[in-house]
Amino acid sequence: MKRTLVTASLMAAGLFSLPTLAADIEVSVTNLTHGNHFTPLLIAAHDADSHLFQVGTEASAALQKMAEGGDIADLDAAVTGNAGVTVTNPAMGLLAAGASVSEVMLDTGDNTHLSIVAMVLPTNDAFIGLDGWEIPTEAGTYTVYLNAYDAGTEANDEIINGGGMLGAPGIPAAPGGDGGTNGTGVMDSSENANVHTHPGVLGDTDPAGGMSDLDSRVHRWLNPVAKVVVTVK
Amino acid sequence: MKPTDFTLKPSLLAMLAAATLLTACGDDDNDTVDETPPAPVMQTFTVTVTNLTANQPMSPVILAAHASDAMLWNAGEMASKAIEKMAEGGDTADIAALDVLTSSVNGAGLLMPGASETLTITLDETDVASISLATMLVNTNDAFTGVNSYSIAGMQVDASSSMKFMAYDAGTEANTEAKGTIPGPADGGEGYNAARDDVDFVHIHPGVISMYDGLDDSVLDASHRFDNPVLGVTITRTE
Repeated sequence: MKRTLVTASLMAAGLFSLPTLAADIEVSVTNLTHGNHFTPLLIAAHDADSHLFQVGTEASAALQKMAEGGDIADLDAAVTGNAGVTVTNPAMGLLAAGASVSEVMLDTGDNTHLSIVAMVLPTNDAFIGLDGWEIPTEAGTYTVYLNAYDAGTEANDEIINGGGMLGAPGIPAAPGGDGGTNGTGVMDSSENANVHTHPGVLGDTDPAGGMSDLDSRVHRWLNPVAKVVVTVK
Repeated sequence: MKPTDFTLKPSLLAMLAAATLLTACGDDDNDTVDETPPAPVMQTFTVTVTNLTANQPMSPVILAAHASDAMLWNAGEMASKAIEKMAEGGDTADIAALDVLTSSVNGAGLLMPGASETLTITLDETDVASISLATMLVNTNDAFTGVNSYSIAGMQVDASSSMKFMAYDAGTEANTEAKGTIPGPADGGEGYNAARDDVDFVHIHPGVISMYDGLDDSVLDASHRFDNPVLGVTITRTE
């Protein structure tokens, strides 16, 4: 709405040429974790007022779908429906620990801010997040490190049960084939239902039981979890 | 002060000579200028490092100068043998011997938790490009931290930059935390071992687990855990 109003008023004032902000950017993303996968990435350029997520606020249903099950379709539709531009799934699948996807080209048009999200597997609702980073107007190469956030929508029980649908408890999968079974479940006493910095996973060393189906020697992380390099042409 | 006075003179002369040259060119074809070989102009930088961990002494740091396109390590890629030796055992000799370095200096000894140390490096201004720094968190299997190719070109005298850095995992040695595998005071075990039995790519260290958090054969305790950032760095150009 805001954009439309601004445009209209400029037109009325007889200013027919809007400032040209179009920029071609090239993005690379590296998974910095020890043993976690990222689900298909959503790379989005949008206006200054838009957000895929904001810490300290409740996750949208679209964000929840991405964080709990890796589904970026609704977030993508929200961005493109608001005149943003996106690149979806540039790695053509999962991005393994240590792996990179590079030379992702994006013509930002007149969009000024960049956001990036992807779910971290295996987790209940952790995701990597870049929230509304202002794209520099000066040509150059810029490096940004991303933290892992907790969508705040699902208890971190650390049970791998295929649960990736909206609101379904549990973790969809451990793509590395390094998950356990028969965990009794980690008690998550967090009452923070807003998006927050993820506390990390606990895991254990018992692949056939224990509290968690995650492996504390494989699936833990410390921030940052992703490295993003943006080249402004 | 004295060295500054001394080194300013040739550059002033050069400027005057250049001005004369420009004027001369407009007049005639006689563009012969007496050229004295320029004296080397040196720049000095101090780098103050602070160990921000609770109980992870850091091995004697190496501070190295090199071209801007050189990187000591790349996240997501295999660690070089030089990085592996530093990350597993604190040995920086192979890093110091890398062809890409123009010069390097080492810290005086272990950089203890909470402690700071200032290193000084002086470079011919034609060699001023980027610096790197590396040190091992010694109560780990192969955690390290440092600065990976930071540009110091164009820094003015007295200009200063402060940053904090995270701990990397060299990915060359499994993080077993087991007795005999950690060279630091928590264990007194082995440092470098040529075998590579971990993921074999450099990444952000996932942290240590410790014996009190479910890793029964770990020699580490709660105090050895760390979170990012683990290293504070202040770079200042002094001359």
